Formats: sequence, structure tokens, C-alpha cells
Amino acid sequence: MEHRSKETLNALVFFALLLLFVFQFALGPDRERLAAALPGLLWLGFVLAGLLGLGRTFVLERENDCWDALLLAPGDKSAIYVGKLAVNVLLMLVVEVLLLVLFTFFFNVDLVGPLPALALVMALGTLGLAAVGTLFAAMTAQVRARELLFPVLLLPVQVPVLLATVKATEAVLLGEPLSAVAHWLKLLAAADVVYVAAGVLTFDFLLES
Amino acid sequence: MTADPLIRVIGLGKAFGRHVVLDDVRLEVRPGEAVALLGANGAGKTTFLRILATLTRPSRGSASILGHDCARAPERVRPHIGLVAHGAYVYEDLTALENLRFWTALAGLAADGAALARALAAVELERFAGERVRTFSAGMKRRLSLARFVLSRPRVLLLDEPFAGLDQRAKKWLEGYLEAFKAAGGALVMATHSFGRELALADRLVILAARAIALDTPRASMGADEIARLYRLHAEDGA
Repeated sequence: MEHRSKETLNALVFFALLLLFVFQFALGPDRERLAAALPGLLWLGFVLAGLLGLGRTFVLERENDCWDALLLAPGDKSAIYVGKLAVNVLLMLVVEVLLLVLFTFFFNVDLVGPLPALALVMALGTLGLAAVGTLFAAMTAQVRARELLFPVLLLPVQVPVLLATVKATEAVLLGEPLSAVAHWLKLLAAADVVYVAAGVLTFDFLLES
Repeated sequence: MTADPLIRVIGLGKAFGRHVVLDDVRLEVRPGEAVALLGANGAGKTTFLRILATLTRPSRGSASILGHDCARAPERVRPHIGLVAHGAYVYEDLTALENLRFWTALAGLAADGAALARALAAVELERFAGERVRTFSAGMKRRLSLARFVLSRPRVLLLDEPFAGLDQRAKKWLEGYLEAFKAAGGALVMATHSFGRELALADRLVILAARAIALDTPRASMGADEIARLYRLHAEDGA
């Protein structure tokens, strides 16, 4: 359905462009200031765009009045969580790649060298963000103040992932090898496993309650 | 020998906070039986159906379908029920065939292209298989939501105002579908506050008022006037 309507993707792309303009004006032409802020800026952009996309995870079920029908489907509902997670990861990665390309042009930074290592950090970080985001989106889907509650609940839980991704990105952009950030990568991988497992195991219970 | 009831409700109660909606409701529905559940707005009809459909837990008492408790074992109940509520439970950006494929896959039903096509043909939507549901009328969406049941074959259908919003042609079609479902041994519980086609289908009239069942009687040869009189007596004056 997202492939047909592209509602979420279009919104995220325009949001990413807007973020870029804001960063450009905020930082100006100072190269040193930009280099120091780049890892945080990248992940700030990824997280803000991610919040927008993740918050819409179950909007189709609300708009089409299908929430009860999901609940009534017999069998294990963790497949719904895995499906939604896969779409969220894909959407977020598309927007992140776009942001990365735009950062390269707008701020004239060389991201080609560290690209393979950066791609690994992005993949692990995105999975962690999306795993918890998808679960919390289900949790808040039927709540009245969901637009407010969703980011308030999600961001504190994301602190380990955000810390690890920003630190790992910082090191990678400085040209350090992957072995230098192995501890951050291990933290990310562990967080991913825990978050995805928690999502798969609790999604059924979440829908029922 | 009378068949065992498909639906058995004993001492059912439901409260939302301090607001008691249902209190000591008792009902049995046997195979091939259709119950029209009448009541004023706010009488608890939808709440009662949602408890049977395992979407809401009762505060006390029990409701069971085919011997499985709706609150304690919803996963055992769900393969045997079909719910037709206000929403059609279809995704408007998908085609009729895609909707059917999605819901049958989610239900774990093995249904190939031919089976899906037969299900759409059973609800007279085979010509619209490739059309997006967004272009469908209310009646067509209702028929599509019923197409799932051709494959899942529930024993119990729970219907909340099933004829609301349908044109005459769609109403006639739905009436025929429900008659066939009943004739095949299924049980129907239809919640309504109108005296329309639901009553023609019903074998029993159950009136919900003052949080409980005020009347449970065979419809037999009761005319519309008699039904209206009983409704006024129990649902309106007695509330």
C-alpha cells in the first residue's frame, strides 16, 4: 500500500530536505564546526525522520477500520510485527540514504571513504530504532494523544542505540577502522537482538490488551 | 435430540469503570438459529457482540462459543466466528483480490488463486477482483468482507446492524446469504435497533434493556406491529 500511495515516503523526503536547510542555516560555512557536529546531525536527521515515519506504522489500520480485524485473525500475530518492522526499516533506510547523499552535496563532505563502515552502523542503528518504534507505534495506535505520547515514550528507550550510533559514526567519519568501534557495534547488535525479540514476543499480548 | 448450543452466555456482566453496561445476561444459540438482538442506543448490544467476538473481556460471567471461553481462550474461538460490524475491514488502496489474499494469509488459510476467485464469485464480486476497494459502494465492501467467510467457514456470525447503509439490492443479497448460512447449520446473532430484514431472518427476538435481557421469545409468526409493541414495552418503557 505504501508502494502505491507513497504517502509516508513523500512526507519523509520533504521533511529530510527541510531538515537539511535548517542545518545549513544553523551551521553556516564553518567547516570545523560542521565536522564536529556531523555525526550528531546525521543521526538527529535520521531519528526525527524516523519518528515521523514510525508514528504512522498503524495509520492504515485506523483509517480503514481494520484494527479489530487484525486482532480477530487467528494464529500468531508476531508476523504482523515482523512485516511492519521490515517496511519501517526499508523506509527509514531509503530516507537515510537520501539524507546522506544530500549531506555530501550540501556540506561538501567526503563520505565515500568511510561508506562501508558507515553503512554497517546505519543498518544496525536503524534496526534498533525501528524495532522499538514499531512496537511502541502499536502500543499507542489506539490512544487519543498518540502523536504526543509516541515520541515521549520512544526517545528515552532509544538512548543506548543513539549513543552507540553517534559514537560509532563519529569514529568512522574520522577514519578509524571498524575494530576501533567494535564495542559500540556489539552494543548495537545486542540492542537489536533484544528489541526485535521483545517485539516478536510481546506483540500478541500488546494487541490483546 | 436438540443440538448443543454453539453460543452459551451465563451471568455475563460488563462495566466500564463505574458505568455498568451489562448485568447477568444469559443466552444460548443453537446451530441453525438466528437471534435478533434488539435494544435502544446504549443498551449494550455492541458491547455484547464484542464480548462474543473476543474483542472485549467481560467483567463477570462467561461467554463461550463451541465450548471455548471467549475471554480465556480467544485463540480457540476466533477460527469459528465471523464479525460483521460497522467497518468493512478492508484496505481501500488494495484490490478486492489483494484484500482477500491478505486476510486469508493472515488467518493461515491455504487458498490458491482459484479458491480466492471462487470466494469472490460467491459474493458476486468476481468482475471487480482487480478493482481497488476505494471505488466500491458500501454494499460491495460488505460483500467483500463476507467473502473471507467463504474460505474460513465460521460456525457463528456476529452482525452489528448488518443492513445499515445498504441499498435494496445489497440488502436482498445479504438476506439470501444469511439464510443460506443458517440453513447450513450456522448460528447468527444480529444486533439492531431497526425492525427491518433482521427480524425476517430471526428465529428468536431478544430485547436488551436495563443492562439485561428483558425478553427472549420465539419470533414465530409475530408481525411487525406486535414486535414494535413488545419493543416499546420492554426496551423503551422498561428502560
